[in-house]
Amino acid sequence: MIRFSDDKLNEVKQIIARYPDGKQKSAILPVLHLAQTEFGGWLSTETMDYVASVLQLEPIEVYEVATFYSMYNLKPVGKYIFEVCQTGPCMLNGSDEIIQYIYDKLKIRPGETTEDGMFTLKTVECLGACGYAPMMQMGKNYREHLTKEKIDHIIQECQQNLAAKN
Amino acid sequence: MAKKLLLEKAHIENIRLYDVYRREGGYRSVEKALKKMTPDEVTEEVKKSGLRGRGGAGFPTGLKWSFLAKPEGVPRYLVVNADESEPGTFKDRYLMEFIPHLLIEGMICSSFALGANRSYIYIRGEYAWIVDILEQAITEAKNNGWLGKNILGSGYDLEIFVHPGAGAYICGEETALLESLEGKRGNPRIKPPFPAVKGLWDCPTVVNNVETIAAVVPIVNDSGDAYAKIGIGKSTGTKLISACGNINKPGVFEIDMTISVEEFIYSDEYCGGIANGRKLKACIPGGSSVPILPANLLLKTAKGEQRMMTYESLSDGGFQTGSMMGSGGFIVLDDRQCVVRHTYTLARFYRHESCGQCSPCREGTGWMERILLNIENGKGKMKDIDLLWDIQGKIEGNTICPLGDAAAWPVAAAIRHFRDEFEWHVTNPEDCLKRNYGLANYADALPA
Ligand SMILES: Cc1cc2nc3c(=O)[nH]c(=O)nc-3n(C[C@H](O)[C@H](O)[C@H](O)COP(=O)(O)O)c2cc1C
Ligand code: SF4
Ligand code: FES
Repeated sequence: MIRFSDDKLNEVKQIIARYPDGKQKSAILPVLHLAQTEFGGWLSTETMDYVASVLQLEPIEVYEVATFYSMYNLKPVGKYIFEVCQTGPCMLNGSDEIIQYIYDKLKIRPGETTEDGMFTLKTVECLGACGYAPMMQMGKNYREHLTKEKIDHIIQECQQNLAAKN
Repeated sequence: MAKKLLLEKAHIENIRLYDVYRREGGYRSVEKALKKMTPDEVTEEVKKSGLRGRGGAGFPTGLKWSFLAKPEGVPRYLVVNADESEPGTFKDRYLMEFIPHLLIEGMICSSFALGANRSYIYIRGEYAWIVDILEQAITEAKNNGWLGKNILGSGYDLEIFVHPGAGAYICGEETALLESLEGKRGNPRIKPPFPAVKGLWDCPTVVNNVETIAAVVPIVNDSGDAYAKIGIGKSTGTKLISACGNINKPGVFEIDMTISVEEFIYSDEYCGGIANGRKLKACIPGGSSVPILPANLLLKTAKGEQRMMTYESLSDGGFQTGSMMGSGGFIVLDDRQCVVRHTYTLARFYRHESCGQCSPCREGTGWMERILLNIENGKGKMKDIDLLWDIQGKIEGNTICPLGDAAAWPVAAAIRHFRDEFEWHVTNPEDCLKRNYGLANYADALPA
């Protein structure tokens, strides 16, 4: 069963309090972010239904939103997601080569996940880091000025992190 | 050194923290506004300053504020637009990341002027770590009595909240932003009514860019007249430019609007020249939505005058031979770069970001993307270039919001100025996928 911990439910309450009474629909986006982080990195129908019940909305109101915004994953993803920007300014500085290199290393194309469920590759559009190109988003942070060596290093770092957790 | 108003203190260690910010003179404008001025007087100073919206459209801020409806008993809102998703633009991020209290300070003065008691920062969801920075700044401001009830004993109450988006360029358009803040899909609204009358939750609302609101701080501190003295003509004050592409020193620069484009590109104080010893080929001076210019028209107007980094000079010549200041996202292409490929990535961007409400935008952006990809891959025909021209012309002006125009203009300008590069792709299909396009002749000989 999908359910927020009491801590997280408290956080939801605080989010709702940012908006005037009766306007808790406004909390959808932030609460969906929270749900995605809490429940496996993506939004299943069950998760969306749960968010609807927490915010006292119709499920369709949540589906409508979840399908519009690109940060919500609507299918399962790997533990680490490489979201590589491919828009003009990043392209001018070699984002195509970075995407190719990730394929060479991990054998995943944009939208795919490695067989062991570790890595997902996504291509995204401009993330507001054009001066630090090429770049990608990983979780809450940006990795900028990417090179092949940096990609090697990041992959290694992820593998070590996971090994440390297990 | 150019005069700096916003980023002057951005490099001071720990300026992100309240104590340091305050020690450096922070929050003086709030003391002045709340203790010595009326809301209308603050608006009056902003009018006098000549400040123009820094989000892209350049609309005079004081005038926008004066349109705000003020019916009795109805709340009003200030919403700061921190959605920043226009390719080439990363200035608001810099400001919020390094000197967040400047935005909070500007929001307090602005909300006071507008009579808003609850204000929101709508920030793009990807800037997740900046959400934390802003929330910390808000907490610090509140703990020190700059937010909450009866601020400085003035009787004025204000709360500020941060609202993250979730990945949608269209939510930078102000009515889409309001829809999104209400918890809906980011579909732009049909105007009128304008947000100033019917905005957030149907209440009167002002939406302003991060940089616009930050600029209110020096305006209140030093007066609107002092601000208006900086710059040339109607380009008053300072402007943040985020420079990227093939230059030696990409980054965010605060310029007073008195320098030339040439100085901006080649001076070590700014971009530091073209990277890797290459030549300048082309530039999109104001974010991906504004027309691209070849080197010669970028540095000099069609009349042969030096082109300046001002609203007026950048748009001199209209769309035939000029461009726009836009959001200040300055994208530089060196002589290795392929304009067709660059334009293709932008077309893909707009297709991806179209909300899909209007058929010219929804269908047209996808159609342009497919044709451009074909041409780029050596599968294009001559008549495809005319078709592209035709499609962009049919989107422009026929949609609910300006995203349609924003998608059409880059394609139009690329064809207008680089038509032979498109034709080269059609006549040299074999060479299309090689890295060097043999078109270095677009780069002008430049002053040493
Ligand atoms: C498609 C589209 C995207 C936009 N994105 C942004 C943005 O990211 N940030 C911004 O401040 N303004 C953006 N704008 C402009 C806003 O609609 C609005 O004009 C601006 O926030 C007003 O603030 P200002 O007057 O301070 O510039 C966008 C407009 C359009 C049509
Ligand atoms: S122009 Fe495009 S983005 Fe704007 S409302 Fe129409 S379909 Fe949506
Ligand atoms: S183009 Fe990649 S971050 Fe802007």
